[in-house]
Amino acid sequence: MASLRYESQVRAPLVDGTKDYHQVTEDIIRPIEAAPTRSWWIGFIVALGCLTFGIISVATQVIYGVGQWNLNRTIGWGWDITNFVWWVGIGHAGTLISAILLLFRQGWRTGVNRAAEAMTIFAVMCAGQFPIWHMGRVWLAFFIMPYPNSRGPLWPNFNSPLLWDVFAISTYFTVSLLFWYTGLLPDIATVRDRAKLKWRKAFYGVASFGWSGSAKHWQRHEALALVLAGLSTPLVLSVHTIVSFDFATSVIPGWHTTIFPPYFVAGAIFSGFAMVQTLLLVTRKVLNLKDYITIEHIDVMNKVIVLTGSIVGIAYLTELFISWYGQNKYEGWAFAQNRVNIFSPYGWSYYLMMGCNVLSPQIFWFRKMRRNITVTMFMSILVNIGMWFERFVIIVTSIYRDYLPSSWSTYYAPSIWEIGFYVGTFGLFFTCYFLFSKFFPVIAVAEIKHILKKSGESYKDKMGPQEAMPVEEFAHEYTHAH
Amino acid sequence: MAVKKFVVGIFTDEEVLFPAIKKVRSAGYKIHDVYTPMPIHGLDHAMGLRDTSLHTAGFIYGITGTTTALSGIGWVFNSDWPVNIGGKSHFDLPAWIPITFELTVLFSAVGMVLTFCYLCQMAPFVRKHHFNLRSTDDQFTMVIECTDKNSETEITAFLQSVGAVGINTQMAETGWWLGSYAKDKTPFQKEGNVLA
Repeated sequence: MASLRYESQVRAPLVDGTKDYHQVTEDIIRPIEAAPTRSWWIGFIVALGCLTFGIISVATQVIYGVGQWNLNRTIGWGWDITNFVWWVGIGHAGTLISAILLLFRQGWRTGVNRAAEAMTIFAVMCAGQFPIWHMGRVWLAFFIMPYPNSRGPLWPNFNSPLLWDVFAISTYFTVSLLFWYTGLLPDIATVRDRAKLKWRKAFYGVASFGWSGSAKHWQRHEALALVLAGLSTPLVLSVHTIVSFDFATSVIPGWHTTIFPPYFVAGAIFSGFAMVQTLLLVTRKVLNLKDYITIEHIDVMNKVIVLTGSIVGIAYLTELFISWYGQNKYEGWAFAQNRVNIFSPYGWSYYLMMGCNVLSPQIFWFRKMRRNITVTMFMSILVNIGMWFERFVIIVTSIYRDYLPSSWSTYYAPSIWEIGFYVGTFGLFFTCYFLFSKFFPVIAVAEIKHILKKSGESYKDKMGPQEAMPVEEFAHEYTHAH
Repeated sequence: MAVKKFVVGIFTDEEVLFPAIKKVRSAGYKIHDVYTPMPIHGLDHAMGLRDTSLHTAGFIYGITGTTTALSGIGWVFNSDWPVNIGGKSHFDLPAWIPITFELTVLFSAVGMVLTFCYLCQMAPFVRKHHFNLRSTDDQFTMVIECTDKNSETEITAFLQSVGAVGINTQMAETGWWLGSYAKDKTPFQKEGNVLA
């Protein structure tokens, strides 16, 4: 048993302080059982306010049409699709943390996966709003689904990346939701069994599906998590690949590049981790979970940010190089004149993107910076601004000048309703996140207990440094583990 | 669905639980189940549980998704509504891969979760008997069924000898029923004066 539990002393503990199983339950469940704090109410009401603004903006748009937005000829995609891609990108970190890091057996994922998965689901919900309401006649939105119909039967075009997107995003949402909720079941049962209040017992009783913690159920639960992780891993990569196909398979200069899929995926992970940092830095402070979301976790995520930020940087430079090397004059124009030229109408956004996404994350090469909360908070917001501008640069600077100079559009700036819609998705996102953090455990309680005796600070101290053990003794203990 | 008599042994340390399971099994007692607050690797083997075939089910669901996507798109493009798109092939396999992949994953994931819920008999509004409420918190609960061969007192004494920190006896319904966790009524309890 002991050697199965062993983790190298070199690795920093993932749970700080002296904890036993009950203490873990207490620490994580207590905020659910306590009355909401004043800061929770303030945050929740602000989020609801933003959501209301969004609902009004969308309602206006449905009544008066997409003309409420400042989209024009040639800019048919503006803030709406920028926001869509941005939110989808943010929705990539959760499943990456829960699926890919599960397959790679990264113990640190346990502290952050639950909140990150929730963030994923809410971000994808926000992302989905944009293409749906952009349709204009939203009451016909179901036309995008393939089903035998009275219109011919007329089928959607299965060869179109836009339809692939419908499948990719709806599948991603469904699978992420299932993954998240099956993981939540044991923890909901923990809340249910501790509950004193009647409504709480009833509510969590329904939500727990009658989970008992039986050995056989755990065995199936583990198998399910592993296979879902195996399925979600290519799924995460496929989703943003397919989103990038929306652009890459077109013939618009600036979009028509084969580098888009890996570049979009790296960018998605980059922005997703930044958003996870923003949320968790606040969550760990407000809910007092510093022992579970440790500086170690923040450090590791900052490493992912500097890695993916640099991949994105290389992609930007490669793209730039190829636009020159390819000697296609339209492609060359899109880059040299519409983006790199700082005096062009949107030149500023290109440099904003470069500064936020490529230069600023390099600060995380320094350990001191990676472990500094203030710097991390500031950087996480900067990265998300940068990633928003990346999508804005890709979309708007590629289409605001087409092949016909007479149709080069007037300067595109969003209308109040476009801004309202975007603010509204923030409202939706944070309303959901506030409700989640109040009613569900933001940290996977069972998973923390699972790693507690291996990676908990107080247990690591007790474990003898196995490196000092003679080889024969180690081999003997290891082979006779149970 | 049956009401049976069980002896419930409570453990607080998995280092004690594992040898206890071994001893209980070799002594020939029938372990009804072991309830733990978190997954414990190796517990299923120690209890002699068969490996789950949930993965196989997932594979079958996945293949179903692949077949559905390929045959569906193929049928639409080749027989139901063949559109000539610039003379391109009606069997345009590379362009079908994204949707085929997504449906494979979707069918597999949804199918597996439903199968998981079915096998574990889990659903909203399902109510079960829980032997020890702290087995979702910090205790490990071993439940042994009383049979004709093994009496309650015998099992209790045995559990004590293998290190259980708390032991009690419970009459319990082994299946599930529809009910709320806010009410303590179980289906085998006699109702009071319902008709008054």
